[in-house]
Amino acid sequence: MTRQPISITARFIAVWYRNWIVYLHTWKVSFLPPLLEPILYIVAFGVGFKVLIPNVSYNGMQLSYVAFIAPALVASGIMNGSFFETTYSSFVRMYYQKTFDATMSAPVSVDEITTGEIVWGATRSLLTATIMLAVVSAFGLVRWPYALLIIPLAIIGGLGFGAVGMVFTGIVPNIDMFTLPTFLFITPMFLFSGTFFPLDSLPGWAQRVAMLLPLTHLSIVCREICLGFPAGWSTLWSLLYLVVFAVVFFVIALQVLRRRLIR
Amino acid sequence: MLYGFSPMTAGSLKVFGLDVATDWRAIRSRIGVCHQENNLDPDLNVRDNLSLFARYHGIPRAVARRRIDEILKFIGMDHRADSSVSELSGGMMRRLVLARALMNEPELVILDEPTTGLDPQSRHLVWERLAELKARGITILLTTHYMDEAAQLCDRLIIIDHGKILAEGIPAELVRKYAGHHIVETGPVSDELRQFVASRNLKHEDLGQRIIIYCDEDDGLYHEISSRFCTGNCILRIATLEDVFLKLTGRALRE
Repeated sequence: MTRQPISITARFIAVWYRNWIVYLHTWKVSFLPPLLEPILYIVAFGVGFKVLIPNVSYNGMQLSYVAFIAPALVASGIMNGSFFETTYSSFVRMYYQKTFDATMSAPVSVDEITTGEIVWGATRSLLTATIMLAVVSAFGLVRWPYALLIIPLAIIGGLGFGAVGMVFTGIVPNIDMFTLPTFLFITPMFLFSGTFFPLDSLPGWAQRVAMLLPLTHLSIVCREICLGFPAGWSTLWSLLYLVVFAVVFFVIALQVLRRRLIR
Repeated sequence: MLYGFSPMTAGSLKVFGLDVATDWRAIRSRIGVCHQENNLDPDLNVRDNLSLFARYHGIPRAVARRRIDEILKFIGMDHRADSSVSELSGGMMRRLVLARALMNEPELVILDEPTTGLDPQSRHLVWERLAELKARGITILLTTHYMDEAAQLCDRLIIIDHGKILAEGIPAELVRKYAGHHIVETGPVSDELRQFVASRNLKHEDLGQRIIIYCDEDDGLYHEISSRFCTGNCILRIATLEDVFLKLTGRALRE
């Protein structure tokens, strides 16, 4: 058996488009979570935590607790948007609906299907981030026009987490197994990636572990963008991490899905 | 394998003179495939299922729209264009799978058991449409377990069992060659009948409760057997592909 070279043409857009037209039928439901989630957090933490935590100091800035967590909430929205799309939703299309099998009888390659799904995941991240950004802006928690940079960031982060999700879709035997990556990967990251407290309040070793996690870097860049770059150029390292992360997992996803779909 | 989906373990394979390993994209744009399972997109309606495939094939939108109308008329579903797939009957789903395979105006259509599980009306409609496609000059490659379907539709037929080709040819010729002209089927079987069959050296198959005797044209065997040995029911019928198939592949249940 010879190894086929990677084959990606613009036809992956057709795979993306399929998901887009389905989304257009269900958007009224799909856009509710990203709209309500930040409101819930901001109200809960803004009202409830205000008494306990008056201010957070971050890179020499004194921030209210909600202003501190708001950008990180957008970051986790970017993560969830694509990760849950390319895990549960892609798995349903692949395994239950046999959508990918049908697609492959047309001149579309496995690689184009994988790419289309991941890019669609990034699109979900983009939609989520945009809605959440509108909400946190309404509360006056971000600085414009810097905040516009969230949009390209959502695409980069969305591609990365979408690719990770797609890797899991390629390896899990059944849909219930997605509980594992969710509880071992997504939830701990949501809690320990500098979302709810500054990383420097952790012990040294825990900080180093946190710096390995992709959400940490996504949160750093998000926060920098929303606050108008108090940390300056050092943010670029986190951005570079996110790009490398996306590329590495994209390549792994291509391989894993080939093994799963070509029989 | 034909459309470059399953990798080959050995050998080479060409479709339209193109190598499936390297030219799979060109090949797939010239063929239409109907899978055995209904893998229509349940999230899309009938028309969108077809227009999505047009997109996969890179067909311009205006052309696609025209072709969708034509094809829906062809399969008798032009009134269901806006229905969701889950509202369709099994027969309609099969027809839509066929329609989807025709979106790129293929030169070759591959069908995997196209009428399995269909009611007789839907089955005949599918057959009619396939005959029409054949008349238009489209090559059809189909796999089936229904011998009447094979006899109806095929110009050339191959019987494969456990990956080996057992017989190949025109259906009518295969029947004549392996099963003769007609068949006498009778039961219960008496010892006298067994002796008679043995003494005449007749081609037959003894199933215990029934015996199947392969007869040639106008040999008068039926009259002889039915008048002399028939105690239960004795049937004279035309030999069919099913007889050929069972004779070649045996009666043991397949795993």
